[in-house]
Amino acid sequence: MATPAVPVSAPPATPTPVPAAAPASVPAPTPAPAAAPVPAAAPASSSDPAAAAAATAAPGQTPASAQAPAQTPAPALPGPALPGPFPGGRVVRLHPVILASIVDSYERRNEGAARVIGTLLGTVDKHSVEVTNCFSVPHNESEDEVAVDMEFAKNMYELHKKVSPNELILGWYATGHDITEHSVLIHEYYSREAPNPIHLTVDTSLQNGRMSIKAYVSTLMGVPGRTMGVMFTPLTVKYAYYDTERIGVDLIMKTCFSPNRVIGLSSDLQQVGGASARIQDALSTVLQYAEDVLVSADNTVGRFLMSLVNQVPKIVPDDFETMLNSNINDLLMVTYLANLTQSQIALNEKLVNL
Amino acid sequence: MASRKEGTGSTATSSSSTAGAAGKGKGKGGSGDSAVKQVQIDGLVVLKIIKHYQEEGQGTEVVQGVLLGLVVEDRLEITNCFPFPQHTEDDADFDEVQYQMEMMRSLRHVNIDHLHVGWYQSTYYGSFVTRALLDSQFSYQHAIEESVVLIYDPIKTAQGSLSLKAYRLTPKLMEVCKEKDFSPEALKKANITFEYMFEEVPIVIKNSHLINVLMWELEKKSAVADKHELLSLASSIFTLHFSNHLGKNLQLLMDRVDEMSQDIVKYNTYMRNTSKQQQQKHQYQQRRQQENMQRQSRGEPPLPEEDLSKLFKPPQPPARMDSLLIAGQINTYCQNIKEFTAQNLGKLFMAQALQEYNN
Repeated sequence: MATPAVPVSAPPATPTPVPAAAPASVPAPTPAPAAAPVPAAAPASSSDPAAAAAATAAPGQTPASAQAPAQTPAPALPGPALPGPFPGGRVVRLHPVILASIVDSYERRNEGAARVIGTLLGTVDKHSVEVTNCFSVPHNESEDEVAVDMEFAKNMYELHKKVSPNELILGWYATGHDITEHSVLIHEYYSREAPNPIHLTVDTSLQNGRMSIKAYVSTLMGVPGRTMGVMFTPLTVKYAYYDTERIGVDLIMKTCFSPNRVIGLSSDLQQVGGASARIQDALSTVLQYAEDVLVSADNTVGRFLMSLVNQVPKIVPDDFETMLNSNINDLLMVTYLANLTQSQIALNEKLVNL
Repeated sequence: MASRKEGTGSTATSSSSTAGAAGKGKGKGGSGDSAVKQVQIDGLVVLKIIKHYQEEGQGTEVVQGVLLGLVVEDRLEITNCFPFPQHTEDDADFDEVQYQMEMMRSLRHVNIDHLHVGWYQSTYYGSFVTRALLDSQFSYQHAIEESVVLIYDPIKTAQGSLSLKAYRLTPKLMEVCKEKDFSPEALKKANITFEYMFEEVPIVIKNSHLINVLMWELEKKSAVADKHELLSLASSIFTLHFSNHLGKNLQLLMDRVDEMSQDIVKYNTYMRNTSKQQQQKHQYQQRRQQENMQRQSRGEPPLPEEDLSKLFKPPQPPARMDSLLIAGQINTYCQNIKEFTAQNLGKLFMAQALQEYNN
């Protein structure tokens, strides 16, 4: 129930946001502050199926909604949300370069700063929002006040636009595992730059032993006519990779295993060797599984295995021999020609320098 | 939490990247002549370069950018980078220097190393040995002793192995460029062959601890949707039309070899012209001497010795620099091709083993 992509205006659903919220909050007993029983004096939040969906989504993501900064200690009451549905749906697609950038700027933060913030850039499309770039923004945060250098942010954005004119400001990020009151202020700054900005948190303090990465969008809540509060509703985060990025990430990941966290770039045959080792591992896992589950196996898995085994093409041995030989000959010929060319130019060099 | 101070007990193996508070002492640059023996790149830089090409560089255009970092002993550490916008004709008033200055100033505010240590460029099938590259790298190396140019080959990377190489100009070539004298005599004196134009510096990739944590996190979360072309033979050699990797490489190689042969023809004509001229000079001198002897025998004053060089202007020797560059480029192509064939031979043998097992 967490991801209705586009808020479907289902009129029967909306006139009863109140009772809809109530049963939804029951299965999630622990988002304590937010799950209080809903007051019946619910305003007509019927104009916003998106907010209703947000309310139902929130309890489904337990730890996240516990972080909702209850400005007003209100339950997850769907108030009138910001105008228009969240652009692009409920999925945020992140590229790994963003996360690496964020971690890097966290490592370089000023003395005494507890966290860093920055701007997220990217593109919006119908179903998702794709974050492709980011830069950090200097800011000062103390007990009472927060100051963000927006001039700087604007300048950087201009510079970035010169390189990639398609990127828009999508929102902002912060390290740390909590959403504080200052976040709300900063979020407000950013909502002047972009419609409905996204907020991304990267937990660099490694709570629970994991670096959790979460994305939020803000919705207004509260009783209309009084001070409105802001609630951050979580979004699904997916990781998007270009092919080349995936290869880069795989390579970089290898530093996890080396003692000094240093690796060299591998040569060509090493790559082939590495890939075949991976296949071997995968195969042995599969074999293990097959042996364990001999009788009562899942049919779909069986079918996958069948197609896997049939991947190796069956070729008549003679044909294969000819094909193999001709290809080897081609490759050898090309190697020979390359070597010949190299010796040719070396000779030329010598002659010319006489 | 080792800080980035140079040589404070931290050997080359222990971490030189910060893992916590920004204890970022800038490493003092090595003494002026220390060559750079190793280039150490942060994972972040790799990702940024990949992303830059992917987004902005489709087609045969090259994308370029600036590398930032610092120098520690004989190691060049690259810690960040930013891309350069591409040149477009309609952007006549675009000021590169200003862009660079602003970028670096802004990055300095957020504690990113703002020392310029080199630049990167993407390449199309390995064709990067051009005059433009040479000039740029020369001006970088002249200003900053230890700078390198990183060549990123996206097509090879897409086939499975990250292809990133760091090059510097050899000291000899630097000398020649400084003199701006590309005549054959100077080049011969410096004894530069095409193999000694660029020296390749080995690259290592290093990540901080926190980035390692991030990598683990990513590994857990992302789907194993590998579409690697690594073990695919289809793109290699089976088709004859030139749309695949090997074909393209060979075609570029042939073009270069053509250029080279033209160059050789020019050189040959030059040699022939010079020798012909020598002969003519010789003949002229002889005739002169004969005439003078005749005149002396007749008692007339001898004709003045004319300046031979004015009479016979020596032909222009062809520029050697271009042919050096072409030779260097051909060399690179050949290397690439050989690597490629080595890989594919391996794959072919693997396929053979599979087939034998099947039967």
